[in-house]
Amino acid sequence: VIGALEGEASPAAKRRGDPTRGRLLPWALVAPAVLVILLIGLFPLLHTAVVSFQSISLIEEDTSFAGLANYARLLEDARLWEALGRTLLLTAVALPIELVLGLAMALLFLDRLPGRAVFVTLLVLPVVISPVVAGATWRLLFDNRYGPINQMVGWLVGRETTILWVVDPAFVYPAILIAEVWQWTPFMFLLLLAALSEVDGSQLEAARIDGAGFRQTLTAVMLPAIAPVIAIACLIRGLDLFRTFDVVWALTKGGPGTMTETISIYAYVQGFQQFETSYAAAIAFLVIVLLTVLVMMALRRVEIAR
Amino acid sequence: MKPDRGLGLVLRLIAAVTVTGIFLFPVYWLFVMSFKTPDEIFAYPPVWWPESLQLANYAVLFRDGDVVTIGNSLLVAGASTLAAMLLGTMAAYSIARFKTGGDHLPLWLISNRMLPSIVIVFPVFLLYVALGWVDTHHGLIVLYTAFSLPYVIWMMRGYIQEIPRELEEAALVDGASRLQVLVRVVLPVARTGLLATAVFTFVFAWNDFIFALVLTRSAVTTFPVQVTHYFGGQSNFWAKIAAMSVLGSLPILLVVGAIQRYLVRGISLGAVKG
Repeated sequence: VIGALEGEASPAAKRRGDPTRGRLLPWALVAPAVLVILLIGLFPLLHTAVVSFQSISLIEEDTSFAGLANYARLLEDARLWEALGRTLLLTAVALPIELVLGLAMALLFLDRLPGRAVFVTLLVLPVVISPVVAGATWRLLFDNRYGPINQMVGWLVGRETTILWVVDPAFVYPAILIAEVWQWTPFMFLLLLAALSEVDGSQLEAARIDGAGFRQTLTAVMLPAIAPVIAIACLIRGLDLFRTFDVVWALTKGGPGTMTETISIYAYVQGFQQFETSYAAAIAFLVIVLLTVLVMMALRRVEIAR
Repeated sequence: MKPDRGLGLVLRLIAAVTVTGIFLFPVYWLFVMSFKTPDEIFAYPPVWWPESLQLANYAVLFRDGDVVTIGNSLLVAGASTLAAMLLGTMAAYSIARFKTGGDHLPLWLISNRMLPSIVIVFPVFLLYVALGWVDTHHGLIVLYTAFSLPYVIWMMRGYIQEIPRELEEAALVDGASRLQVLVRVVLPVARTGLLATAVFTFVFAWNDFIFALVLTRSAVTTFPVQVTHYFGGQSNFWAKIAAMSVLGSLPILLVVGAIQRYLVRGISLGAVKG
């Protein structure tokens, strides 16, 4: 089969001939990867679809079909919609903060600066460490008695503080937000810095000659030039935020009570702590549908922006 | 645009040091805590610099056998990276050079990447229960391979498309087969892309928590799952949390350090060349 690809033909003829010759080889190369993805991705997904119409749980191995019972239950599950709303809220709050902070940092490091490469290398650290380690680290920092955050807050307000960061309902959201923003602002920073470095120097020069100030240059030249990168960075981070699990789990395990459950944590609790197999399958499908809609909306936005 | 010297530069330098300091402080705290004695960990007010850099917290991890989880992570992340790179690069070459599957195949592949882990792991758990693969090394390896494949194919397709076709055509004219061309011409030219992609694949599997949490019990505990075990209802094993976190982050820092130039391209799914 492979030998059939060779011939006496000139390179140009080969170029034309490539896609039509040796039909088998291209598919043979793709097949193993696609098979593994289908085995682990598609087959179990179809199985889940079936399960979501049954009523299987730890105590009930009932494989008879229950129609839309699990989906009807979704509608009445206040805890689910709270988790979903909370997840969307976290995304809506964290994403703009990360974007603006990341952009500010990128502008700070854009021009020549002594030790610039060292700074950038160090700022990569939060992005590459495990989110579980990030969550655990912030739990050490936020400890009400032995952590340095309360100590520093104490210095600022001038008296001892003992804020219960990951327990007190008033502080647990800020605590999660701080950990999240800490880990992923450098992601925005790195992407935006790379994009800004590519902005056409002659355009910047032209803006300078026209007497444009820093703000005008930023809004009229730089931001339009890096808009596609901003869109992609927001898409990647938005999807990541929507599925947030690790950091929150390491910080609060969804507590106090169910106060910080994200949609991923709630699905985990239903499937693997309450063992509501069929119901968790229905939640999984709800998430897939919602995410597909969100991604399609986001992609349309990205296209319009271009 | 901005003045490059004098006061402006000094102010920017101060801002740069401050920002970097703020972002590094948590890492510093974790690192220092891993060397503290119990008295220093539970000191009030907190100790910012320990008396001595003693290694007892690390020694305990070895004595109690907790480091086995690092070994599990190495095995699982390493094996799945090799498998995903092998299968993924083959597929990527086919898609890049023969447009196999048209536009649909690459798009379908990347859309796989967008599903939340919890949605993927739930059906896989049911499958693995049926197969008896829960809490096995090969179970995790197969899952990580499958999950990483779309990423590897997507990234390697980009790297291979950048290689001039003329290089391959010259070899084909000389009588080499397509597979020989792939192994002897394409892979050597794309080696930095291969390395960078492999590093990100490894880092993903290494850092993963949710798959390992669901699909392992006690035999194949990976390092992130082990870290969460140290959090108790009443008390936390602070020393172990810190030492284990540092130990588990070292391999990541080493491999990422090696491909820093490709970092931006790797984390932006190839959208930003960096």
